[in-house]
Amino acid sequence: MSMHIMSAYDEELKYLTRRISEMGGLAEQMVAESVRALVNSDLALAQKVISDDTVLDDAERQIGEKAIVTIAKRQPVAADLREIMGSIRIASDLERVGDLGKNTAKRVIAVAGSGIPRKLARGLEHLAELALVQLKEVLDVYASRSPEKANSIRERDEEIDAIYTSLFRELLTYMMEDPRNITPCTHLLFCAKNIERIGDHATNIAETIYYMATGAQPEGERPKDDNTSTLGSVND
Amino acid sequence: MNIMSEAAVEKALDQKMNTVPYKMIGKDVSVYYGEKRALFDVNLNIRENTVTALIGPSGCGKSTFLRTLNRMNDTIENCRVTGKITLDTDDIYDPTIDVVELRARVGMVFQKPNPFPKSIYDNVSYGPRIHGLARTKADFDEIVETSLQKAGLWNEVKDRLQEPGTGLSGGQQQRLCIARAVAVSPEVILMDEPCSALDPIATAKVEELIHELRTNFTIVIVTHSMQQAARVSQRTAMFHLGNLVEENDTDKMFTNPDDQRTQDYIMGRFG
Repeated sequence: MSMHIMSAYDEELKYLTRRISEMGGLAEQMVAESVRALVNSDLALAQKVISDDTVLDDAERQIGEKAIVTIAKRQPVAADLREIMGSIRIASDLERVGDLGKNTAKRVIAVAGSGIPRKLARGLEHLAELALVQLKEVLDVYASRSPEKANSIRERDEEIDAIYTSLFRELLTYMMEDPRNITPCTHLLFCAKNIERIGDHATNIAETIYYMATGAQPEGERPKDDNTSTLGSVND
Repeated sequence: MNIMSEAAVEKALDQKMNTVPYKMIGKDVSVYYGEKRALFDVNLNIRENTVTALIGPSGCGKSTFLRTLNRMNDTIENCRVTGKITLDTDDIYDPTIDVVELRARVGMVFQKPNPFPKSIYDNVSYGPRIHGLARTKADFDEIVETSLQKAGLWNEVKDRLQEPGTGLSGGQQQRLCIARAVAVSPEVILMDEPCSALDPIATAKVEELIHELRTNFTIVIVTHSMQQAARVSQRTAMFHLGNLVEENDTDKMFTNPDDQRTQDYIMGRFG
């Protein structure tokens, strides 16, 4: 897109883009570290993730403030307005991703020492890998602003949902086997849910990028394969 | 309860806008100043009881088009208009059309407030007098009062109607000019940058007025202020180098315009 006649306006928009990318990088790192801390029972790493979250919170606030000032000063329209509104939304999604990483990190203390079965840990790691790939790709799409790629990410959230559902079943099995597993497994269930939610936020971001680029909402329902809300019911 | 989906509401609004009848129809309108062509086959229709904003960079032809709508271009030597413009069903360039009568039906407000050097009362009653719209003093009094009320000026000037119009503030003068235009009960009011000489408060008052006038009149406004076009109009037409680039619902025009040139212009980017 061509430049603004007022170059300071371009600087303000560039600032938002740069800060969002920074937030994305940090959020990604926090999620990766929180899962690593979980499977390795690494309390120091978990503590680092918890303190990193304040940086992410501050970044979101600063982006919001800059966006408000830019709207007030420039009265943006069309693609510029969508860009700024999109920045606010993406920053809030990334902030939530950070919160989810932080929540996982907090559970490390509760789960540590209970000896997570290798199989479960691998399942969690795999789930996290997929969520991280999705997060990374959506941040790349943010840089390129390609509506086609944004749409394809949106369609892939299904895979994460499917693995989350199978982890859910596995955790239930462990809990039924031995009631002493209930406490750690419940924490792990929350961790799995946290990671699954990260996929949803990546999808939100993909939809926001699609809107920023085209001015239209992506068509159709987002694909879902998360069946846990009915699992274990009498009819299951 | 039947709740319409957002898309359905939007569609219904679009359809509503699309069913608003045309007050004026411009077909293949071209304007030449001597050898120089200023407008290229513009097809633009003006909807009834709607505010239509004409936007575009300087020299794009928006004022030229505005002036073809009540034949103000007739006053410019060497100016030639081709194509067809109708007001309701009347071809306004038909040789049998009385231009004075046309301008009573299609009034105009200019960039700079230009009250006559007469009293406030005479400024408003002048049009009705020359068009023979009233006879008795009581009739004139009524026209002056209702016109000033429609222009939102009555309360500010009712006690000094005999003072000169030129003694008012800029914003009041502009509203006086609008009252003057309204006094002859036109069907369409053309406004050529009516707020460019006014401060933000006076501008807001004129914009509020434009919004209210829409119920009784069809309004076409030329403005350099994108925000003003966005605030007051329901339809927006973008001109560039004598061509009509895009005409659309104002909401669409300022969120997601179809044409790249519109996009660049309203966002203040290099085209």
